[in-house]
Amino acid sequence: MEEAAVSIKDMLQKDQILSSGHRMCAGCAAPTIVKLMGMALRGPTIVCEATGCLEVATTIYPFTAWKIPWIHVAFENAAAVASGVIEAQKIMREKDRSEYEHVDVIAIGGDGGTFDIGFGAISGMLERGHDVVYMVYDNGAYQNTGIQRSGATLPGQETTTSWAGKVEPGKRQRKKPLAEIVAAHKTPYVATVDPYHYRDFIMKFRKALEVDGPAFIHAFSPCPRGWRSDTSRSIELAKMAVEVGIHPLYEVIDGEEWIMSGPSKRIKELTPLEEFWALQGQFRHLKDPKWSDFKKDLQDQVNHDWELLKKRCGIE
Amino acid sequence: MRPGCPCSVSYYASDTLTLVVLVEVTIIVEDFQKFAADGEVHTAVIPVESEHSAMSACVGASAIGARVATASASAGLALMWEILYCAASMRMPIVFTVANRALSAPINIHNDHSDGMGMRDSGFVQLYCQSSQEAYDTTIMAFKLAEDHDVLLPVMVGIDGFILSHNVERVEMLPTEMVHKFLGVRDPVQPLDPKNPITMGPLALTDYYFEFKEQQDRAMWRVPEAYKKVEEEFKKITGRSYGMFEDYKTKDADIIILAMSTMGGTAKAVADVLREKGEKVGVIRLKMFRPFPSEEIAEAVGDAKAVMIFEKAMSFGAVTSPLAMEVRSALYNVDKRPMVVDFVVGLGGRDVPPTTFVEGYEKTKRYLEKGQAPLYETLGVRK
Repeated sequence: MEEAAVSIKDMLQKDQILSSGHRMCAGCAAPTIVKLMGMALRGPTIVCEATGCLEVATTIYPFTAWKIPWIHVAFENAAAVASGVIEAQKIMREKDRSEYEHVDVIAIGGDGGTFDIGFGAISGMLERGHDVVYMVYDNGAYQNTGIQRSGATLPGQETTTSWAGKVEPGKRQRKKPLAEIVAAHKTPYVATVDPYHYRDFIMKFRKALEVDGPAFIHAFSPCPRGWRSDTSRSIELAKMAVEVGIHPLYEVIDGEEWIMSGPSKRIKELTPLEEFWALQGQFRHLKDPKWSDFKKDLQDQVNHDWELLKKRCGIE
Repeated sequence: MRPGCPCSVSYYASDTLTLVVLVEVTIIVEDFQKFAADGEVHTAVIPVESEHSAMSACVGASAIGARVATASASAGLALMWEILYCAASMRMPIVFTVANRALSAPINIHNDHSDGMGMRDSGFVQLYCQSSQEAYDTTIMAFKLAEDHDVLLPVMVGIDGFILSHNVERVEMLPTEMVHKFLGVRDPVQPLDPKNPITMGPLALTDYYFEFKEQQDRAMWRVPEAYKKVEEEFKKITGRSYGMFEDYKTKDADIIILAMSTMGGTAKAVADVLREKGEKVGVIRLKMFRPFPSEEIAEAVGDAKAVMIFEKAMSFGAVTSPLAMEVRSALYNVDKRPMVVDFVVGLGGRDVPPTTFVEGYEKTKRYLEKGQAPLYETLGVRK
């Protein structure tokens, strides 16, 4: 993969695509993620968004926070809408009915709209090879509708549909390895990002735009309301997610070439999950000694996944 | 190419049509893909993974300003259902051919109108066709109607599954240039445009949602006038027009058969035979179900003693069946209200031969003598 043609310094100077006054919660990482995405843009762009926090809070009629063309249709179809947009743009250009040589099309969904309900549409879009960048901002649950568990919810996480109780430690199942599943479609470009490592984020997003065919960006997005975490510590939590290994940063090219990104590559040893859990109310129940075996299993699982990833990336 | 298949529409409208979104369901899809493969149409085709995505991609493409069409039926249409409402409310002038078929369960591939009636409140204009020629003509006109700036609504063109979708009959095709001239290029009102960024499909809550619906309703009621205009223009170049409904020997009729789609042909043949026997029978073959031309229907019914409805859908637990509900409401305010008799027929592709109409006719005569009829009943089914 070639380096992006524009320097990070120039990208950081770009006008923001989301205006202030949007109604996202204090401490939510999603607007920061959109801001970083905006810095990576390279020309005319259209955003197709799935129903979710970002959608409802930025476009409460008659107001909008979006400074670039934006469309929302439903929860599970952002990828399909994007397919329509890109194909229509292409054919209209061919017929001389569009003034744009090229328009970048970005689809955005939360983890509910991406890991779960919109999964089929994404798979279809990937298979059709549409030149769309799909970005998921993953806050680990259906936060918009009241913190229900999703396929992205972490094991041990308490949500309103995976309660921690006398006999249950929150969600028991693993998180769906979505970036890997997308890569398995032989997708030209897949990358995981987080808002703390903003340079890594912007450079990867730019690569995603520049690659021919579909690209997928998995952005980790802390949610103080759902996670019961301090609004001032969201970016710190994003950093920790990388350090504890639940959101390692890497790229996958054509589903085959796995590349560990700098911040993850520099990790000598994973930070214990305990430290990440300690900052969030949604894991508070795990302090109970009765869950010590469960916690150990979770730590083992993360360690195992981390070793596997390193192997794929040819490290050690 | 299969003569009579509405796919030929896409063929001749080809260069004006920008984009088609298809899931493999009908020969419309297969033949259009063949045209594309042979370079006979300059149209982008998106072979989507589901009907839900088909309608979603249509909305995305239409939002850019493309002229967009898709086709589906039955279960596929049911899967689209959520996005049908979005397409209409977001005012996307998509043309949607529906080969009307039964809904599961039991799974069944044959004709009835359950799918069309299932989407009746979605905000789509609904036009049901009787013949292959009418399907061809209506599909061409549908683009002009949908894209009319006073309308801007998606249009469903209904063709009876198999009976019409797989029918083989002669169709008079229009020269490509004529269709180009008739339709022109779509002139989108507010497309997604990087130089003029807008937000489409926002959240509208208690303070604004209702106004969106109010506007949508008004647009729907601008359809009859726009439709007349489109038909007049079409008639000028082809000599053909269909009206919102077809009125057949109703002037002095005591009993009027009211039906949609291909049943209209059978009904007219039955009326001819009964007329020969001295029975005063007429037929209204309804084409436009949404918006429902209630005043015009009431006027066409005139002084008839009974309206005998034949319809291919049920609304379980309702007062009566979908078409009969509309007709009863349309006739409620007339001074001399005729008796309304409703027969549900042909579900799951059960044949509706002329004898079924005659059976219904005899029953209606008896109901008139008694002065009373059931709100609906089924015909042609084991009981």
